[in-house]
Parts: sequence; structure tokens; C-alpha cells
Amino acid sequence: MSPRTRLAWGLVLLLAAMAASGCATVRPWDRDLLAEKKMRFVPVPLEAAADDHIYFSTEGSTGGMDAAGGGCGCN
Amino acid sequence: MRRLLAGCLALLVVAMPVSARTAKAPATPPAFSLPTLSGPVSLDSLRGKVVMVDFWASWCEPCRKSFPWMSTLQQRYGPRGFAIVAINLDKSRDAADQFLAEFPAPFLVAFDPVGKTAEAYKVKAMPSGCVIGRDGKILETHAGFDAKRAAAIEAVIAGAVSK
Repeated sequence: MSPRTRLAWGLVLLLAAMAASGCATVRPWDRDLLAEKKMRFVPVPLEAAADDHIYFSTEGSTGGMDAAGGGCGCN
Repeated sequence: MRRLLAGCLALLVVAMPVSARTAKAPATPPAFSLPTLSGPVSLDSLRGKVVMVDFWASWCEPCRKSFPWMSTLQQRYGPRGFAIVAINLDKSRDAADQFLAEFPAPFLVAFDPVGKTAEAYKVKAMPSGCVIGRDGKILETHAGFDAKRAAAIEAVIAGAVSK
């Protein structure tokens, strides 16, 4: 096996490992921990509001910050 | 080398939809028997009634909106042979009890901390539910709580109880 093919096979294995482990499905009723307040990117509401305000000012539009249901799969 | 890379990309593309589970909701309601605050409840014991099975958890925000709505439904259609079984999927019973203290439920609340029933009903979102007719067939299924959709679900229930 030449070093080149070995590298290629290594790459295949790496990508296969990534593909196999990349998409985990969290069942809707197992999202209790994900729905907790401390799992937010910015846990402080005031700070989050300020961040949004600055972002919306620079973008010239509002909304679209959250996925529907806030990630708990509620909607 | 190039062919191998193309192969890798193809593998990635193929692997993606495989892991995204495509579960289809069952056509007939899977039977269950679960504990409630007042003894066990089974779907069979409610045969002959119009039943709404609902899946909820204390951490689910829209469930806070669906509970008052379900209370209204129970009061409105309960006397005409309608029953709600709200299956709680919290892992901790304390969390469920706290929610129930805040949102009193005038309907059956069952507890399934393992989520076996949710698995059987292929629950995709919280809250989720289905309306089962007197003949035991699923008339309607819904995922999430939407005030606009609520009227349509109520129409299904109203139609089913008057049969």
C-alpha cells in the first residue's frame, strides 16, 4: 500500500466515523435538559435582549433569532 | 484519490437521511396501561368514549397553553362521553407535580417517565396528541400547540361525541 492510498483510506475511515456519529436524534421527550434556561447561549435575559437589539440595529430587521419552540421540539 | 473522495462525499450524503429517523405515526392507537393519581388507566377501559391522548412535560412551554385549553374541552365535552388522558413524560415526578399544582387538570393525568408510550405513538414534538373515536380509530393527530389548530381539533371532538 503506497502512502498515498493509505492516506486516502485514513480519510475514508475518518469521514465514515464522522458520518456515523454526526447526527444524533434526541427524542422529543428527552429534551428536558436541553429546554432548561441554563442551556441557552446567553443565559442572562437582559444581556440576550441587548445582544439582539444591537444585532437587529446592524441588520436593519428584527426577529428570526430562535427556532420555533426554542429547540425543545414543542412546535 | 479523486474517486475515493467522491465516494466519501457520497457516503456522507447517504448517511445523513439514515440517521434522521423517519417514523410514521401508527394508524390504530397502541394500547397502554399507565398509573394515574387515582389508579391505573388503560386505553381499553376507555373504549366507547371519544378519547384524546396527549403527551406533555413540565419543561414544555406550549404545554402551559394547552393545559387550560384541554380543561375547557374536558368541561365542555366530558359529560357527552369524552375523556382526555394527558400522559406525562417527565423523568422526575416532582417536576410533574409542580406543573400540576400550577395548572390543575380536571382530566386524567398518567405518568410514563420512561417514555414507552411516546415511543409507541411516535411522538415528534411536545405537546403531541391524537383524538380517538368511539370505535377506537384515530380521527386526528396533532403535534405542538397552535391556537388556530385548536379550533379544528375541537370541531373533530364535537363531531365525534355527537355520533
